[in-house]
Amino acid sequence: MKVSLFITCLADVFYSNVGKHTVELLEKLGCEVDFPEQQTCCGQPAYNSGYHKETKEVAKHMIRTFEDSDYVVGPSGSCVAMLREYGHLFENEPAWKEKAEKLASKSFELTQFIVEVLKVENVNASLPACATYHKSCHMTRLLGVKDAPGKLLDHVEGLEVKPLPNSQDCCGFGGTFSVKMVPISEQMVDEKVQHVEETGADILIGADCGCLMNIGGRINRKGKPIKVMHIAEVLNSEVK
Amino acid sequence: MAMKIGEDKFFERVDKGVQNTFMRNAVVSAQERMQGKRLAAVEELGNWEEWRKLGEEIRTHTLENIDYYLEQLSENVTKRGGHVFFASTKEEANEYISKVAKEKRAKKVVKSKSMVTEEINLNAALEKAGCEVIETDLGEYILQLDDHDPPSHIVVPALHKNKEQIRDTFKEKRGYDKSEIPEELALFAREQLRQEFLSADLGITGCNFAVAESGSISLVTNEGNAGLVTALPKTQITVMGMERIVPTWEELDILVSLLCRSSVGQKLTSYITGLTGPKDEGDVDGPEEFHLVIVDNGRSNILGTEFQSALNCIRCAACVNVCPVYRHIGGHSYGSIYAGPIGAVLTPLLGGYEDYKELPYASSLCAACTDACPVKIPLHELLIKHRRKIVEDEKKSPFAEKLAMKGYQLAASSPSLYKAGTKSASTVMAPFTQSNSIQKGPGPMKPWTDVRDFPAPNKERFRDWYKKREKGEE
Repeated sequence: MKVSLFITCLADVFYSNVGKHTVELLEKLGCEVDFPEQQTCCGQPAYNSGYHKETKEVAKHMIRTFEDSDYVVGPSGSCVAMLREYGHLFENEPAWKEKAEKLASKSFELTQFIVEVLKVENVNASLPACATYHKSCHMTRLLGVKDAPGKLLDHVEGLEVKPLPNSQDCCGFGGTFSVKMVPISEQMVDEKVQHVEETGADILIGADCGCLMNIGGRINRKGKPIKVMHIAEVLNSEVK
Repeated sequence: MAMKIGEDKFFERVDKGVQNTFMRNAVVSAQERMQGKRLAAVEELGNWEEWRKLGEEIRTHTLENIDYYLEQLSENVTKRGGHVFFASTKEEANEYISKVAKEKRAKKVVKSKSMVTEEINLNAALEKAGCEVIETDLGEYILQLDDHDPPSHIVVPALHKNKEQIRDTFKEKRGYDKSEIPEELALFAREQLRQEFLSADLGITGCNFAVAESGSISLVTNEGNAGLVTALPKTQITVMGMERIVPTWEELDILVSLLCRSSVGQKLTSYITGLTGPKDEGDVDGPEEFHLVIVDNGRSNILGTEFQSALNCIRCAACVNVCPVYRHIGGHSYGSIYAGPIGAVLTPLLGGYEDYKELPYASSLCAACTDACPVKIPLHELLIKHRRKIVEDEKKSPFAEKLAMKGYQLAASSPSLYKAGTKSASTVMAPFTQSNSIQKGPGPMKPWTDVRDFPAPNKERFRDWYKKREKGEE
């Protein structure tokens, strides 16, 4: 199966490891991967801030970039959900709308792709550790990926996943919300960190670099001994 | 109290909210209790998504034909001997109601809970007209006694208060001398209110839904106070937002089921009252005269716009009860009697961006509200629509942000610019980086690093690694 990587700007610049593990994992699962290097960012920061004219230009660029791909797979539910939003931007431009919808129909978040398209639940990973999993809002609610991460994590050998209290609550990232509404965002991320601590887990796993940057950033600031891992790293772990 | 509450600026209100530990504890426990009850009630009903779809269809159909249904409602109320008044503004509504009160020489007015009368500041108008106004919903009664503290929740107006605070208010204002046990507090309020019901000249209610086919109004309560407000005084005035209408009793049945389950997690509330006009000859109770005041106050401006679905709201507060932002700042921080996600959508529409331009941004767009809404209002999408409007139509966004977004657009739609920018990121950030993270970021990064560390950009981006790997260098 041919898969085009949509690595996302955050993973490209700040979390290149997440990209590397995504590549290795997909290859392990028999995919032929390519990285269309013209890709940039999905446009979400501008879209959610209300700058839709600017977002359109970014969306057109991304649509062109992935025009010839069979599948587009990214390690972030939020960014993939944004690719699926593009259609709304082109309500009055039927040609672009059609292209946007075509991109939407072939775009998947990493765990969603593995479970729903590749039909694999056990990726033969092993990680002897105690962890908890943060559900990202956009991935769960907008993209509708609810079960895939849990199914995959359940098969990781040696990994114990503790339920996270109030797992339905947002971590307070929300893109520009985290810098525009600092006093509110701070309370939200604090409560999230507190719930993570309550589980007693050593590792916090997530499927979206944005949320992990927020929760991890607060964990670091408070000096808590909790490691933050992206699910791609976990699923590509092999402890012999 | 009008829709706007207080004169503090948004961030001052937020700071007060965040620092109010009493209120926050009350909100957290109420949210968790109500979320749990809602989920159980929804599961018990089964096919919840089908019900929501039906709810949305009913609301959309009604709003798309609102002229027809308002006319039908008005005709039927009149036919049953009631009076109908269409108020375009809050002033018109208050003037009409005050005029009726004066004509009836009303001295004492009992009211059941109504958000629209809060919105139009009716109590102040009635007091000006020489009436004493008594709120009879327990929550509203507490707030009224506590120097007219504004409501902080659409359904549970006194949610921000704990029982000790209520006990102290009763003690100070009404000479209460018992404990803070809820049953004792409620019994005291009931005794106080009973006398008021018996001696009131005028009863005022809100309206959960008006039924167009019969000219009836329906009220959904748990305390029975609305029943007394509509049974005892000789004159009754019901005030409704113009969108609170259903075509027939059949749709009422569906919407009331959605309302009760979403709001308080009950199949039905203790009292669901349907009233049609003044009392007939031979009826033992009910008003001799009935007035229905239908309030526009900015609603018709929302019809036909990208925000129309906000008028689908049935005021259940399910969105408020799941909102993580409301959870941490409480209702008063919204500066409006309409708090939470629906408040953040509706308040700027009714009250303008001048006073409320921050509200659309006071959301992480987590979409918990959209998921919870029983009539499928896409609340988080409406917040993005507000932001687009503020930026593109109203041109109210900060200059620095505009510049940054233009820069972002250029970089993100030009691969060469993007690559050059990201390549230099780690060098540019190097002076601010310590042990792989940034603790004191420059410029726009400052607000982030005020509370969190920021990751340092990788020296080798993913794309650099990938290129090397393709060449067989990794």
